Amino acid sequence: MLQNFIDAYSPDNLRYLFGGLGITILVSIVSIIGSFIIGSILGVIRYVKIKYLSAIVGLIIDIIRNLPLILILFFTYFGLPNLGVKPEIIPAAILAMTIFESTMLAEIVRSGIQAVDPGQMEGARANGLTYWQGLWYIVLPQAMVKMIPAIVSQFISLVKDTSLATIILLPEMLYRSQIIYGQNTNYIIPMFVAIALMYFIVCYCLSVLAHYLEKRQA
Amino acid sequence: MIHIFSEYGGTLLYGLGQTLLCSILALIFSLILGTFFALLEESPSKVARGIARVYIEIFRNIPLLVITMFFYVVFPLYVIKMNGFTAGTIGLTLYTSAFIAETVRAGIQSVDPGQMEGARSNGLSFWQAMRYIILPQAFRYVIPPLGNQFVNLVKNSSTLAFVGGFDLMYQGNVIASSSLETIAAYSAVGVLYLVITMPISYYMRYLEKRLA
Repeated sequence: MLQNFIDAYSPDNLRYLFGGLGITILVSIVSIIGSFIIGSILGVIRYVKIKYLSAIVGLIIDIIRNLPLILILFFTYFGLPNLGVKPEIIPAAILAMTIFESTMLAEIVRSGIQAVDPGQMEGARANGLTYWQGLWYIVLPQAMVKMIPAIVSQFISLVKDTSLATIILLPEMLYRSQIIYGQNTNYIIPMFVAIALMYFIVCYCLSVLAHYLEKRQA
Repeated sequence: MIHIFSEYGGTLLYGLGQTLLCSILALIFSLILGTFFALLEESPSKVARGIARVYIEIFRNIPLLVITMFFYVVFPLYVIKMNGFTAGTIGLTLYTSAFIAETVRAGIQSVDPGQMEGARSNGLSFWQAMRYIILPQAFRYVIPPLGNQFVNLVKNSSTLAFVGGFDLMYQGNVIASSSLETIAAYSAVGVLYLVITMPISYYMRYLEKRLA
């Protein structure tokens, strides 16, 4: 049994697995940045109640939030080619993650804005700022600070969710571990231990960070 | 999309049934497990609190798919053979129970500590007070987040597609590859997911507003 572990964790295999971790982190970071930008715009649109537009954006957000991420992955990777666009695997994964996560972040942004004391906006308006100036200079900066812990938590689920992209053959950790234990069934347990540990370490550190940020704010 | 429903209606309905069955089973079991670990975390014993903490952190921080694959790939080799549906449901249960434990714990903590003190000074033991005084009050606060967990469960049950669980997502793939109309097939699957998840989400949002 021990020998299996030693054989399985050969330098080549480890390098291959850590490469998968790199792809997991790359996809997660690019997606969270994209979703933060899109999510902020969508969240603000949903919050400010522009006639028709806010209702439509709200409905789209609710629809995407209530679908499984795997389905969205299939749409981007297997559905888009039917419309004449054929994305590569990594862009397809990032696109799907961004679509899904930006709706999650939109809700975080909206509730962050709602958590800011309405007196702030009234004060800004009374001091001669327009509604949009008040939103941009006074309300949003305060809302952003309140949102940080929730965004970090969302990032944790994003990191975990990248494992779902194995289904479109994204070469991240889980996929690579399957390739390694596909060559030798003795490597199955060592590989599961390795990827579980790698995910756990990344996600646990992030959740400690989220917890710390939450405590500091309270 | 309409012709997908008329042509593959039976397959889709079977998938929907499997998805619902798996989600409901996982909800029941993870509610039991989650409440158990929430109680352990709130118990006076340091060892029990430690065990609960470790359990919750492990299953919260490992992807659901890795847990499910563990039961699908590793278990048959060394313990017992199980089909994709069982492996998927066990994975979902363990994963969700960690989140439910956190939810229930937050519910317990939102009950006024005076309730526990009152119960204890009236002669109830710690566990009696939990069972008869604290938990019934805690569950009222816990219902909206639990409903949202159920929505997550339904969405997460799509991991069954990885292990041949014959759920909605799996059937969607089968239909997409046999009809070659990927967009129509996945849209049909999406509509069926939304039929379950949207009403629950909206109802929970309404409940949340009413409780606040």
